[in-house]
Amino acid sequence: MNILTANDLATGDVIWWTGNGWSRHVEDAVDVGEKGTEIAQAEVAARRANEAYVLEAAIVDGTVRPAHIKERIRALGPTVRLDLSLKPADPGIGNWVI
Amino acid sequence: MYAYDQYDQAIVDARVAEFRDQTARRLAGQLTEAQFRPLRLMNGLYLQLHAYMLRVAVPYGTLSGRQMRMLAHIARKYDRDYGHFTTRQNIQYNWIKLSDAPDILADLASVEMHAIQTSGNCIRNISSDQYAGVAADEVADPRPLAELLRQWSSFHPEFSYLPRKFKIAVIATREDRAAMRLHDIGIELVKKDGVIGARVFVGGGMGRTPMIAPEIRDFVPFEEVVSYLEACLRVYNRHGRRDNKYKARIKILVHEMGKEEYTRQVEEEFLQMKALGIDPPIAELERIAAHFAPPAYKQGLSDEIDRSDPDFALWVDTQVKPHKQPGYAIVNISLKPVGGIPGDASSAQIDLIADLAERYSFDELRVTHAQNIVLAHVKKADLHAVWTALDEAGLGAANLDLIGDIIACPGLDYCSLANARSIPVAQKIQARFADAGRQKDLGELKLKISGCINACGHHHAGNIGILGVDRKGVENYQLLLGGSGADDVALGQITGPGFDEDGIVDAVEKATQVYLDNREAGERFVDTYRRIGMKPFKDVLYA
Amino acid sequence: MLEFFTLREDQTATEAPTVTIEAFDGQTNATVVRIEAGEDARALLPHLDRLRLIEVNFPVFGDGRGYSAARILREAGYAGELRATGDVLVDQIGAMVRCGFDSFAPDQPLDPIALKAALSRFPHRYQKAADAAQPVWALRHG
Repeated sequence: MNILTANDLATGDVIWWTGNGWSRHVEDAVDVGEKGTEIAQAEVAARRANEAYVLEAAIVDGTVRPAHIKERIRALGPTVRLDLSLKPADPGIGNWVI
Repeated sequence: MYAYDQYDQAIVDARVAEFRDQTARRLAGQLTEAQFRPLRLMNGLYLQLHAYMLRVAVPYGTLSGRQMRMLAHIARKYDRDYGHFTTRQNIQYNWIKLSDAPDILADLASVEMHAIQTSGNCIRNISSDQYAGVAADEVADPRPLAELLRQWSSFHPEFSYLPRKFKIAVIATREDRAAMRLHDIGIELVKKDGVIGARVFVGGGMGRTPMIAPEIRDFVPFEEVVSYLEACLRVYNRHGRRDNKYKARIKILVHEMGKEEYTRQVEEEFLQMKALGIDPPIAELERIAAHFAPPAYKQGLSDEIDRSDPDFALWVDTQVKPHKQPGYAIVNISLKPVGGIPGDASSAQIDLIADLAERYSFDELRVTHAQNIVLAHVKKADLHAVWTALDEAGLGAANLDLIGDIIACPGLDYCSLANARSIPVAQKIQARFADAGRQKDLGELKLKISGCINACGHHHAGNIGILGVDRKGVENYQLLLGGSGADDVALGQITGPGFDEDGIVDAVEKATQVYLDNREAGERFVDTYRRIGMKPFKDVLYA
Repeated sequence: MLEFFTLREDQTATEAPTVTIEAFDGQTNATVVRIEAGEDARALLPHLDRLRLIEVNFPVFGDGRGYSAARILREAGYAGELRATGDVLVDQIGAMVRCGFDSFAPDQPLDPIALKAALSRFPHRYQKAADAAQPVWALRHG
């Protein structure tokens, strides 16, 4: 599947397209099919997102998992500072990235 | 150290107001991202893998305690309580909001700091020797010239839209502690017929195509350095490639044009530029130099150090260097504790270092390009107190220039340009070689890790270098041997096929074993490599 | 919004030169010329007395070659109109003025309020360039 990510313009937060808005959590990302670029252009023009791009992902164990390790790190946070990740309390979260 | 006068302060304040206005216009949609990007980059603000990242300038690596405290304050107030000291003597913060950036710049301006030109296709932070002003072998303190050039390069109207970034280093010793030959322009202060001037090297750099800068001119008197550099920059601005981002640095221009032709064009331009009256008078350099007068050292102090505490003695042997003033020493603070992140410091640690600088080092400290900190003027009598405080704060590692003193870029954990993570590799290597005796026995071994070909970790200049690559979506690591960023400058050679994350740690260990098996008396790792060559290493690595 | 802006008092016409720099290889009576990014402004040095308008094009604002072209012309004594055209944005106008440009014909019109702010933003300058501003080191040392 293809999903869409971007940064919030004012805060820089990493965000994922949910189908009708943006979420900070990759689990909320939806398959944009071939429409990713079109959605990105509209959202960036309206300043609801910045530097949006499409990436590959798959559903793994029932949840969205970006295909490349870079976007998994983007989704979670630095693997060397899991205390700063989006899920600091989850002890297995480092394995999800790698 | 330098203190702003009314003009410096007015300029930096105007810059803050300008960026506040530009940010407001971006948020209101009056500027597109493409139009805003170079403007924010010229204020050090990147959009990175997790958030905006702000790179704050530490001009030629020198800071006061008050300024260091502001860096801690910024980490606490606007970021996640830590900062990262970089391979260009700057500090960067990884979790910045664009909406906060103007206020952060205003806070910095209140203590004579800024983030001017720490990114963008312009002249970047001018770096220097971390032992400037206290090294016995220096011709003069290089920092007054670095400050003069900082001012000259700030908002230079002709050179703000260069083909690519431009990095300058200024040193004043034959021993190169700033990787000067690997800069776009490297300057070594030298004495000729009793007069001090600049020996100029142009066209060095790392990245995809590492090159060592050739000498372009053996001597430029102080009074002509600015017009000479303008000539160097103008030739680059006019003729540097703009068709291909990976061929746009001045090293490519000097290489493709040839050193002789580049020199000829610079001399031609210089001849007409030095008649334009653009060089500041020598009085301006003298005005700046007055800020760098040696501190009020106490005379007649003892050179005795009580070495009865073995941990303290180990730290002294590794981290403390001789000072030209009797009774004083240079203290190196390691930001590479085992299990830590190379170059990172918490706000509490930053505050502690600020305190130590104020109490024990005439309120001045330096950031090194190896991502460590220097307290340049510590009384030998105070060393134990300094060490005790550092040790309590997790800053007491004794690994300067040893295998544990790893230079590492942030890598894929932080950087959207990266192909592989660098910090976990650094941590695993540190853990493997954690034993102090083993590190000491290996001796000087500069290990440098980059997470991608852009080489921000300076892997080409490592005695052992590691380059992270993406191999079909999986992180892979290439090993290089024999590089050096010192005056015996050399580019590392790749050993062969890459390794996975555990494999590279084993490979590093095997390489050190080859060294131990073959070394002759007094040889460092890099010396043995140069004597025996790559083959013995390859044979073991790929057996 | 401003489609044309000048700092010159003698400005009356707003013509757009079509004469290119190649014309000056041979004989020409042209008094106006347009330089593209990457062309050598010094080719015009023998003709500066006759020229009253030199236009320098910025194909994209990030291509900074026009700043060098402008400054070279002013250093050689050119006193006529020096115009920046193309992808000229208000945030670069200050640097352009410092390099000697005194008129601007941007592709996108300029916001006059933003322009006024940009022109008066910096009270001091660190370097001597092609404008009349005294650099800070001259103020410090009289």
